[in-house]
Amino acid sequence: MKIKSKLKWLKGRFWTISFPYAWLLLFFALPFAIVFKISLSTAAIAIPPYEATFQYADDVLNIFLHLGNYLMLLDDPLYYTAYLSSLKMALVSTIGCLIIGYPMAYAIARAPARWQTVLLLLVMLPSWTSFLIRVYAWMGILSNTGIINNSLMWLGIISEPLQILNTNIAVYIGIIYAYLPFMILPLYATLVKLDMSLIEAASDLGSSRINTFWKITFPLSKSGVIAGSMLVFIPAVGEFVIPELLGGPDSLMIGKVLWQEFFNNRDWPVASSLAIVMLVLLIIPITLFHRYQARSLEKDL
Amino acid sequence: MKKLSFSSVMLWFGLLFLYAPMLILVIYSFNESKLVTVWGGFSPKWYGELFKDQQILDAVWTSLRIAFYSSTMAVIIGTMAAFVMTRFKRSWAKLTLSNMITAPLVMPEVITGLSLLLLFVHMADLLGWPKERGMVTVWIAHSTFCAAYVAVVVSSRLRELDRSIEEAAMDLGATPLKTFFLITVPMISPALVAGWLLSFSLSLDDLVISSFASGPGATTLPMVVFSSVRLGVSPKINALATLIILCVSLIAFLSWYMARRAEKRERMPLN
Repeated sequence: MKIKSKLKWLKGRFWTISFPYAWLLLFFALPFAIVFKISLSTAAIAIPPYEATFQYADDVLNIFLHLGNYLMLLDDPLYYTAYLSSLKMALVSTIGCLIIGYPMAYAIARAPARWQTVLLLLVMLPSWTSFLIRVYAWMGILSNTGIINNSLMWLGIISEPLQILNTNIAVYIGIIYAYLPFMILPLYATLVKLDMSLIEAASDLGSSRINTFWKITFPLSKSGVIAGSMLVFIPAVGEFVIPELLGGPDSLMIGKVLWQEFFNNRDWPVASSLAIVMLVLLIIPITLFHRYQARSLEKDL
Repeated sequence: MKKLSFSSVMLWFGLLFLYAPMLILVIYSFNESKLVTVWGGFSPKWYGELFKDQQILDAVWTSLRIAFYSSTMAVIIGTMAAFVMTRFKRSWAKLTLSNMITAPLVMPEVITGLSLLLLFVHMADLLGWPKERGMVTVWIAHSTFCAAYVAVVVSSRLRELDRSIEEAAMDLGATPLKTFFLITVPMISPALVAGWLLSFSLSLDDLVISSFASGPGATTLPMVVFSSVRLGVSPKINALATLIILCVSLIAFLSWYMARRAEKRERMPLN
């Protein structure tokens, strides 16, 4: 009886782990292997539009590994400028989110306890509503006849409408706006746990408020700063919707280039190698995120 | 009276920044004028136009069905994974599973979308399935990335759970499966509902992954919105956007409420 139930328990255990495991292996891990494989093949006019990597004929297995796509990424300035400008856009937006988000998170963490949940909900709610719609909302606001230009002209500050939409500025605004809640959440989680007595001790000992902030508050919230920054930086690098809707022809981002290579040029091998290089660039931020991913995230999501 | 600090001023500015665009959008959806930025008086006429658009209505129906199936599957996978993550001993399998399940949270969407599409193309090549990409492939894609969110929500709940009740049930002779369904599931049900609702709104909203994973048979609402938005701002889309904001925030609020209620209930006996 005992052995039987133990066996049953082991069987249950096996199924609980193997079903999600198999699902993720098939639909998450394997696809990356395929992307890698296709990044090493050449484009062809066929369905699917690339040459086979493996060929088996006359008892000979031929494996063709084509490095041309990667060499092309180095060769063609379009691609590396796209990578560089994506990294730059993501970095600037991350800093922007940090500058706006840190004081917000701090204020929420210092608010009375019953207000904290309400304020946190207010911050999180927009990120749960449609991403596409929120980006779209900015199109109307930033356009030449939009509310910003109209009110600036009405106030007499400018006589000609400012070109904001279809510039990099619009992309920055869009990314900061869309990802701000993801910065605030982990920051709040570390700031709320901060031991206030340390700050009191510092001010009792005569430290100025700014000094206390840089010497105590900020270092203690480091894990939140890193987790939040990575939550903004990583998806921002691959962003497609925001540069497509708010950016102009010169706001080159790698997500947009990948999309165009794939859907417009139908060059699957190049799109795949773009994705692989993007992943390689993001490995450091992703591991950083995993290391500092405060349990906090789980608590508030 | 306390002086307004810098951080609380920033908080209110930040909240204004977060909500103003949506508010403006909602106001302008009631604009009589055909020009989106010129106010021509109050009128709900664009809502009427919207409900005559068959393409949009079809897309809404497709999106709702996909969201329903995806969030259900996501809850199943996500809960199992969460269970493994919180209750199983540290092992190689557990570690890789928890890494794989949380990876979609940060992965850029274009990469996830591209890789899934290439998988489907390969499967069609080798297995003859799926012949055509459509609802099923979008369902698979959405279930996979929504499962990540469910796993996060449910595992935080499982971690806080008082395990003595489960242990008592097992001591009294209940099988692990029975214990799970009779004891654990009722205790984590608010988290399951919250995860389901969160997945539902994520699936409804997803554009990038859907575009990669879907074929001619399945055009979701965000895809329709995106293709018309690319051409510029239109009053009909303002009306649609308002309705989407309304629905999704309602779902989101409900899921938040369920999660909070669960936490409160858990804390109650302590007081």
